[in-house]
Amino acid sequence: MKIIVCAKQVPDTNEVKIDPVKGTLIRDGVPSILNPDDANALEAALQIKDANPDTKVSIISMGPPQAHYMLRECLAMGADEAFLINGRVFSGADTCATSTTIAGGIQAIGDYDIIFAGRQAIDGDTAQVGPQIAQRLGLPVVTYVQGIREIKDGSIVVERQMEDGYEVIEVQTPCVLTCVKELNEPRYMSIKGILEAYDTPIKEFLTPEEIGLVADQCGLKASPTQVLRSFAPAPKGKGRMLEGTVVEMAKELVSSLQEKHIV
Amino acid sequence: MAIVINKEACKGCTKCVKVCPFDAITMVEKKAVIGAGCTSCGSCLDVCPFGAISKIEDRVGGVDISLYHDVWVFAEQREGKLMNVAIELLGEGRKLASQIGCRLCAIVCGSGISDLPAELIAYGADVVYVADAPELANYTTDAYTKTIYEAIDQYKPEICLLGATHIGRDLGPCLAVRCNTGLTADCTSLEIDPHTKGILQTRPAFGGNLMATIGCPNHRPQMSTVRPGVMEKALRDESRTGEVIALKPSFAEGDIRQKVLEIVKNVTETVSLNDADVIVAGGAGLGAAEGFELLKKLASRLGGTIAASRAAVDSGWIDHAYQVGQTGTTVKPKLYIACGISGAIQHLAGMQRSGLIVAINKNEDAPIFEVADYGIVGDLYQVIPAMLEALG
Ligand SMILES: Cc1cc2nc3c(=O)[nH]c(=O)nc-3n(C[C@H](O)[C@H](O)[C@H](O)COP(=O)(O)OP(=O)(O)OC[C@H]3O[C@@H](n4cnc5c(N)ncnc54)[C@H](O)[C@@H]3O)c2cc1C
Repeated sequence: MKIIVCAKQVPDTNEVKIDPVKGTLIRDGVPSILNPDDANALEAALQIKDANPDTKVSIISMGPPQAHYMLRECLAMGADEAFLINGRVFSGADTCATSTTIAGGIQAIGDYDIIFAGRQAIDGDTAQVGPQIAQRLGLPVVTYVQGIREIKDGSIVVERQMEDGYEVIEVQTPCVLTCVKELNEPRYMSIKGILEAYDTPIKEFLTPEEIGLVADQCGLKASPTQVLRSFAPAPKGKGRMLEGTVVEMAKELVSSLQEKHIV
Repeated sequence: MAIVINKEACKGCTKCVKVCPFDAITMVEKKAVIGAGCTSCGSCLDVCPFGAISKIEDRVGGVDISLYHDVWVFAEQREGKLMNVAIELLGEGRKLASQIGCRLCAIVCGSGISDLPAELIAYGADVVYVADAPELANYTTDAYTKTIYEAIDQYKPEICLLGATHIGRDLGPCLAVRCNTGLTADCTSLEIDPHTKGILQTRPAFGGNLMATIGCPNHRPQMSTVRPGVMEKALRDESRTGEVIALKPSFAEGDIRQKVLEIVKNVTETVSLNDADVIVAGGAGLGAAEGFELLKKLASRLGGTIAASRAAVDSGWIDHAYQVGQTGTTVKPKLYIACGISGAIQHLAGMQRSGLIVAINKNEDAPIFEVADYGIVGDLYQVIPAMLEALG
């Protein structure tokens, strides 16, 4: 079986802080990590490989050269090969253009039975790229996959997470599946994996032509959406800190709420 | 648009490097260089003291936007019942439609849903497009994408709004690619640019650390998803009239590649945080699952419900359905009482718009106090019993 996993290197948004004076992001010292949902996507692929050793797991990412670190981490977890689409022409892409580029990369890699992606990346939280890749490749998609029940010949049975439960869905293969964190517990890198990862070359696609595209289909130019403005969210004005003993504070709070007819 | 640097004018002051939210600018030989992470957000334009940074138009593609009219709302239904978010979108859609001066339309798919068009009209739709077919009984990506894409292609709406539910976030991206247009996820505010009549979509990025306003100038429809609970619901008015247009979806062998074998509902009680007027939420500070019993007492005294931070959910004290925040539910009750919750940005993203916020936390420096109308520094296990006492 051939599996392709889409992965992204992201800033750890948990560590991102806003400069309270300038209202800008403080990025110094913010670590870059493998996007959490993508780790679940890779784990899903590796579990299939554990059960069927002749499975090949390829990772594909679009991003700056620093994404090599993240790709090596994926290799050290057990992926067989890694591809990076990297170049100024791909930059500034919105999800629409990103999906065109990654779909191009996937076609350049070639054969696949299942494509896994994370549900969403924590720096954008859009959840759009996975299903959009599926549309570009003409493949069926199931998003929010929280369980894999059975891999059959020509189809796969998965659980799709819903707000109030889940659905059991049979989808034809090849297909795209986007994964949520409930799907599995990603494994750690192994020592052997780490050693081998450094010997595995990361293959790079540097031009649109290498992935069957032209420059006008890539990056900012090919992005229908435009960021017109970005700004720090206006802080809600700080209210009143109550003072006194616990009983006094509780009383004051309750009477203020009663005055405002909230309780 | 792209950001370009005039190398002659750049003096290497690095102001732009520091302000770039995407870390996309570096200094090479004392000159600023725009790197791969640039999204053309324009944050750097104003900070350059030397006017060395400018924005140039270089987009390709697009459509004749004059062919596209009306605001559409995807009216999501499950088991024949409209989702609340559909009614919220009709409320917001009405505002947009009147600012543009166009019609508000709803599109609804399902099987045996003949009573829904009247309901959608009562909530403000001027036109309802209905696709009623057995294949559409349960949502599948392929069947819904095909049906709605064909309708968009035929009737050409200028704006298309979807709820950011597990269904809307699956359908939206597929439709956007089919229509070759842009889609902005999880918008928290929508406005119409008075000059271009295009939509201005504002959404959180970087886990809520930054807000971005996004437009889609050259492609149609302009598509957005909006999280449930963010917009005001439309008011129901049975006297309204509107037009109903039946769509005629047809499916060939192989068109629908997903098959729903089973639908499993959580057995736990259904939680409706969106409708609650009062929410008493607990976090890691509860220390144990039993803490929610105390919160329940306060909640029921106030006629409200309980909720939780992710830390409380991750500790296994309470079901995910109760989680408020970026990866949980967005809530807007009249009163939100945060007990033992630090106020991480991801939590704030889901409750900041509450009418009145009370925070109870041992740590006086907890960020939750920054958004609280009333703050009490203290142990929740003492403060809540005292509040119950004071309530009588
Ligand atoms: C991608 C991503 C998405 C996320 N999505 C969400 C989300 O949707 N919702 C969400 O809530 N979080 C979310 N988080 C997690 C978020 O970053 C925080 O980790 C989480 O909100 C912390 O929960 P907490 O405030 O309960 O716990 P802590 O941060 O551990 O805070 C506990 C607080 O309780 C106080 N305390 C302790 N004991 C007492 C006592 N006896 N009385 C009074 N106060 C006491 C402490 O002073 C402390 O402030 C997300 C994180 C990431 C990375």
